[in-house]
Amino acid sequence: MDGNSKMETQAPKQGLGDQQLTGAEIVLRALADQGVDTIFGYPGGAVLPIYDAIYAQQQVRHILVRHEQGAGHMAEGYARATGKCGVALATSGPGATNMVTPLADALMDSIPMVVFTGQVPTHLIGSDAFQEADTVGITRSCTKHNYLVRDVNDLARTIHEAFYVATHGRPGPVLVDIPKNVQFAKGNYVGPEAIEHRTYHPRTEPQDKRIEEALALMAGAQRPIIYSGGGVINSGPEASQALRALAKATGWPVTSTLMGLGAFPASSPQWLGMVGMHGSFESNNAMHDCDVMLCVGARFDDRVTGRLDAFSPGSKKIHIDIDPSSINKNVRADIPVVADCGKALKALVNGWSKKVGKSPDIKPWWKQIDEWRARKGFAYPNSKKLIKPQYAIERLYELTKDRDTYITTEVGQHQMWAAQFYHFQEPNRWMTSGGLGTMGYGLPAAIGVQAAFPKALVIDIAGDASVQMTMQEMSCAIQHDLPVKIFILNNEWMGMVRQWQQLLHGERYSHSYSDALPDFVKLAEAYGCHGIRCEDPANLDAAIMEMIDTPKPVLFDCRVEKAENCFPMIPSGAAHNEMILGKITGEEIGEAGKMLV
Amino acid sequence: MTRAIRPRTTPKTGVRDDPASAYDMTASDEGIEQRTLACIVDNEPGVLARVVGLFSGRGYNIESLTVAEIDRNAHQSRITIVTSGTNHVLEQIEQQLLRLVPVAKVIDVTNSSGGIERELALVKVAGKGDARVESLRISEIFRAHVIDTTNESFIFEVTGASQKIDQFVELMRPLGLVEVSRTGVLSIQRGKEKAG
Repeated sequence: MDGNSKMETQAPKQGLGDQQLTGAEIVLRALADQGVDTIFGYPGGAVLPIYDAIYAQQQVRHILVRHEQGAGHMAEGYARATGKCGVALATSGPGATNMVTPLADALMDSIPMVVFTGQVPTHLIGSDAFQEADTVGITRSCTKHNYLVRDVNDLARTIHEAFYVATHGRPGPVLVDIPKNVQFAKGNYVGPEAIEHRTYHPRTEPQDKRIEEALALMAGAQRPIIYSGGGVINSGPEASQALRALAKATGWPVTSTLMGLGAFPASSPQWLGMVGMHGSFESNNAMHDCDVMLCVGARFDDRVTGRLDAFSPGSKKIHIDIDPSSINKNVRADIPVVADCGKALKALVNGWSKKVGKSPDIKPWWKQIDEWRARKGFAYPNSKKLIKPQYAIERLYELTKDRDTYITTEVGQHQMWAAQFYHFQEPNRWMTSGGLGTMGYGLPAAIGVQAAFPKALVIDIAGDASVQMTMQEMSCAIQHDLPVKIFILNNEWMGMVRQWQQLLHGERYSHSYSDALPDFVKLAEAYGCHGIRCEDPANLDAAIMEMIDTPKPVLFDCRVEKAENCFPMIPSGAAHNEMILGKITGEEIGEAGKMLV
Repeated sequence: MTRAIRPRTTPKTGVRDDPASAYDMTASDEGIEQRTLACIVDNEPGVLARVVGLFSGRGYNIESLTVAEIDRNAHQSRITIVTSGTNHVLEQIEQQLLRLVPVAKVIDVTNSSGGIERELALVKVAGKGDARVESLRISEIFRAHVIDTTNESFIFEVTGASQKIDQFVELMRPLGLVEVSRTGVLSIQRGKEKAG
């Protein structure tokens, strides 16, 4: 490259001798100072100086991926499992554009992540240079914030600020775009201690008045429910503890979004299962009929609420969220509480213990919930000949629940079955693409989790279609000795697409059949992984044990019933109490519902 | 998605009837009001693109937009946006703006809620004879200044509420209106306090 003249203009402002580092060295030093032990990346022309700096040090481990999208999802998986900030690195142009999907995914699911991209030298920006893309322009709407660093002396501060922004307030992805000449130039390093953002100081402490109002409303509840979400997980383990304490103190039933699974133990009798389109019958009915809803760290997503104007019509709603824009966005909150979930939950636990007077008896409400439970919304007819996908997840759960297990998923039917039939006891054990619904998320995310916890059992519950979107990362798993288990529920269909075509589009199965599927066992062997195929329910347990006991990456081709649908289901445009339990004909969904996604 | 396909029932307690998305709004929607918002932002590269991108990405209206640095030492700019929507959408606009990392404050400076709004326009009028005299006479009524003149033209500088400028431009139209350049609305809260 020809950036010499620019490099001279970016010469250090003060001579501080050995404090002077190149931009690339500053990146690595800043990562180390931020406590980053692992980054996921792919080299290219515009990041070669950073790769030199990686080569020269031992502190930060670099996991070489096969596609930048993989690096982004790995960083997300790493972040969700550890609670720390995930870090990914890509080159300019196509490297950066390949990173767009993980950035959008992390923004939707509030995952703290810092992504570094290389950029062409500053003097070439705007000239349509080789591998130039307007990265900050392209990623502006799919990051929480992004930066283009023009001066090496701003680099260290910018990186520390990026970590601050990614991890404070509602977490999210932050991108730092670094032109190649800035990576070469020498400049001053500053540590993370001095960094505070000029204007970004999100509120985390709840207002006392709001907590009092919430407690007053809660004290009179006859049909209460706690509706928790991914915010409780993001807030950290203490928030999950506070949620459990509040549930214990109040005796209230608890449901959660897809993102919030694990914050409350599924083994608790107070657990109603997941809420929403494919949530439990009891949870959706309880949401519909409740009189007080305590929403904590969830955002009334359309997959949760169903038809908005029929959503929980008789309830007063308390909404705790760190992001004020989530409050009153889709559903009007009677008591908005802008705060970190953990802090607000703790305040509610303390307040509840000091509460004077007796609360109404909620036994009749529990009796009603038990009646809904008795409908057994997740029941399915099992088969001795074919593996039912639900059965496969049930067996997987039984055989892995006592181990140190982490579950990731792709997107589709298998994801919903995993959410329904795999029961989580602890937070940070479940990584799934909720908001964006990114097929291809689970395999790289599993690798990211495994990189953080090399000894854990990390399983990607996958579908045959999704898994092919990022299959190339099996090579990454082999290279870095990350023994992830890819458990494919193979029904030879894009199952959720097929289900919608069956129910909503007159059984016209347009392009949803997974034709020309690879032989997953041979594919596993080609990558140097272990391949397992299972078609007989009688052999399933043994095959799963073989997967668990194999000390290297496994592709498990679990051949399941092809026509199975995901139930129960709230059809599009329907209300929570219009949930469908078994086979449906399509008549249940009106024209209006078909228009919705 | 158009409004017509939204399933509607009689609103029940605690259920909002506002359109959930700004894209659902039509001109006939009741309760649509105009609001002028002033955003105090860190003056960093791309900040205007962030604000504008938020409006286009979420389907909000921008009726007028002005931006300039207001404090060089503090690196602060003020972006004044005139927008419209239902109360619900306007509330979301404020909150979504505040989500942007470089946005420090959003102040409601709408006329009706104590803001005082002004706009400046440069208006070029060309003509001879009576029309030329008439344009000068009208400009005096509007307290406009002539800032450039030739034998056959004037450029007027006129300041005031947007409606006043609209009126001035309309009156100039038959008198030889050539070109108009407007700043967009600026607004500030009345009284001695600093807003926000």
